[in-house]
Amino acid sequence: MSTTFTKSMARNIFYGGSVFFFLLFVALTVDTTHTLPKRDNSQNITPSVERGKKLWETNNCIGCHTLLGEGAYFAPELGNVYKRRGPEFIKIWIKSQPTGAPGRRQMPNFHLTDEELDDLVNFLKYTSEINTAKWPPNIEG
Amino acid sequence: MQYQSQAVAKPYFIAAIGLFVGQILFGLIMGLQYVIGDFLFPAIPFNVARMVHTNLLIVWLLFGFMGASYFLVPEETETELFSPKLAIITFWVFLVAGALTVLGYLLVPYSTLAEMTGNNILATMGREFLEQPLITKIGIVIVALSFLFNITMTLLKGRKTSISLVLTLGLLGLAVFFLFSFYNPVNLVKDKYYWWWVVHLWVEGVWELILGAILAFVLIKVTGVDREVIEKWLYVIITMTLITGIIGTGHHYYWIGAPEYWQWWGSIFSALEPIPFFMMTVFAFNMVSRRRREHPNKAAVLWALGTGVLAFLGAGVWGFLHTLAPVNYYTHGTQLTAAHGHLAFYGAYVAVVLTMISYAMPILRGRAANSEKAQNMEKLAFWLMSISMLVITLLLTGAGIVQIWLQRISPTPMGFMAVQDQVSIFYWLREGTGVVFLIGLVIYISSFFVKGGAKAAA
Ligand code: HEM
Ligand code: HEM
Ligand SMILES: [Fe+2]
Repeated sequence: MSTTFTKSMARNIFYGGSVFFFLLFVALTVDTTHTLPKRDNSQNITPSVERGKKLWETNNCIGCHTLLGEGAYFAPELGNVYKRRGPEFIKIWIKSQPTGAPGRRQMPNFHLTDEELDDLVNFLKYTSEINTAKWPPNIEG
Repeated sequence: MQYQSQAVAKPYFIAAIGLFVGQILFGLIMGLQYVIGDFLFPAIPFNVARMVHTNLLIVWLLFGFMGASYFLVPEETETELFSPKLAIITFWVFLVAGALTVLGYLLVPYSTLAEMTGNNILATMGREFLEQPLITKIGIVIVALSFLFNITMTLLKGRKTSISLVLTLGLLGLAVFFLFSFYNPVNLVKDKYYWWWVVHLWVEGVWELILGAILAFVLIKVTGVDREVIEKWLYVIITMTLITGIIGTGHHYYWIGAPEYWQWWGSIFSALEPIPFFMMTVFAFNMVSRRRREHPNKAAVLWALGTGVLAFLGAGVWGFLHTLAPVNYYTHGTQLTAAHGHLAFYGAYVAVVLTMISYAMPILRGRAANSEKAQNMEKLAFWLMSISMLVITLLLTGAGIVQIWLQRISPTPMGFMAVQDQVSIFYWLREGTGVVFLIGLVIYISSFFVKGGAKAAA
């Protein structure tokens, strides 16, 4: 780099640029927060959904599955599993784990009550109705 | 060693390497579970192994950053560390907290762990990378505060170089953005939105400042190039990092329910994110070719150059590969993501921490550089680990492309589990390559125990 471009100029551009783009990011975040209710399905967050989210978290489901494409890649996407499988299948599936099929990837049994299973399914239903700009490309996730 | 208090860096480096070994062992467990699904089930379910793998990674990198700071800051500020004692206390607090957390993951069902550790008071657990119990998270904040206090006080009483300022700024950012891990709204979209303020703004934001500062420091030391030149480069690189990386966060907002304008903001800005990584490579090679001295520590020079190249490949090239919204629509959350995650973390952060350890550890042990034999072993380890990580990345990329094709593009899409069976050959090869990585790591560690023939004291 040429000598007319000094270190202190570089430093000033660094501070100015960083602050500018951080503020722009904050502004976009404010706008996002305002427009979010149109897409985020938050009107359907019930106490049951809230409990379901907590069950999702405290059993670390994200440690094997993706949810809206984020998480682990060991087991199927669950953001749209409500649409793929429906509520009854999901509950029976969770209750009947692990399959114990030799060599097959195993999912633990989390010993959930029927009420907890309903909460979890309600959370997955709520998630499946978030407007994700048509992602995933098809029902297989 | 120029300053006595730099010695506190040593336990940090040793702990970092120890935890690195643990990380890789759990990686290999998971790699096997990918193909032999019931391996170690139910003793260690996949999700538990994954938490251990990723959390150990983060924790050992943090140990590495802290050790690097304790070594770097006294030398840059030309004064002893404010409180070496505090540095040792926080070391033990962090190590014990980390060990207890990992034991908790392994020995107690996760939901019980949540119950026991106050998750009902404030629910923060069960999100990728942020699985730590509330008390561990609070512990991390306390450790970070005491560390920052120590570094800042040292900085205030000494010479203020650009390198130490940039480093401190990066560390401060690391602590500040970690606070978002305590924010976990029920609204899943918001939860995810701010989750990335920790994860993305770390690795594609403030951590790059730390990376740049450490690399600049080592380059000054091993090349003897004028500080003014190196620091100017540093500022230009981190400027590019933040002006592309902050808005670049948008590449995670395409499909999580955020407004669709993020597809534009995210694609455009994140497409520019490879630039600072490319500059880092040019920077490293440029400085080494303009070197004014022949430093006896050739291994450290190799690591420094390797950091530039591998960070550019992992973060720059593999990041760019899937960052444009129309591409990410198909690649999102596949093995391609895992491929990129591995090479980016390895090439940027593993490599820079090992660069610093390579440079500093001989000095901490009373010599400018290790013996020829030890250096040759370390270089062999560099090549084994780096090439096997590159091969792992290529294999996961292969698996990802087939997965995307069969599951997302084909007119008759296959289900997830059926596709996984189809790509198992890639997973087997990945596991084999992982064993080579482990061998590289064992050789790396052995290089510390080679006796005799040390180069002159620093
Ligand atoms: C060499 C042996 C290794 C093996 C066999 C291995 C294997 C794995 C596996 C199976 C996963 C889980 C993928 C999933 O969610 O389905 C994973 C995740 C991860 N590993 Fe490794 N790993 C290894 C080394 C490393 C190293 C050296 C690093 C860091 C440089 C690393 C960083 C990560 C990260 C960041 C994730 C999370 C990735 C994501 O969320 O996209 N791993 N690893
Ligand atoms: C050293 C810097 C970087 C590191 C350590 C890193 C690491 C990671 C990791 C671990 C993930 C997976 C997160 C998850 O589990 O959901 C990820 C995702 C992603 N990264 Fe990076 N990354 C870096 C730089 C970059 C850069 C420079 C770009 C773009 C040019 C990029 C583009 C992406 C994209 C688009 C995703 C989302 C993938 C998906 O949709 O599944 N990354 N990164
Ligand atoms: Fe990112």
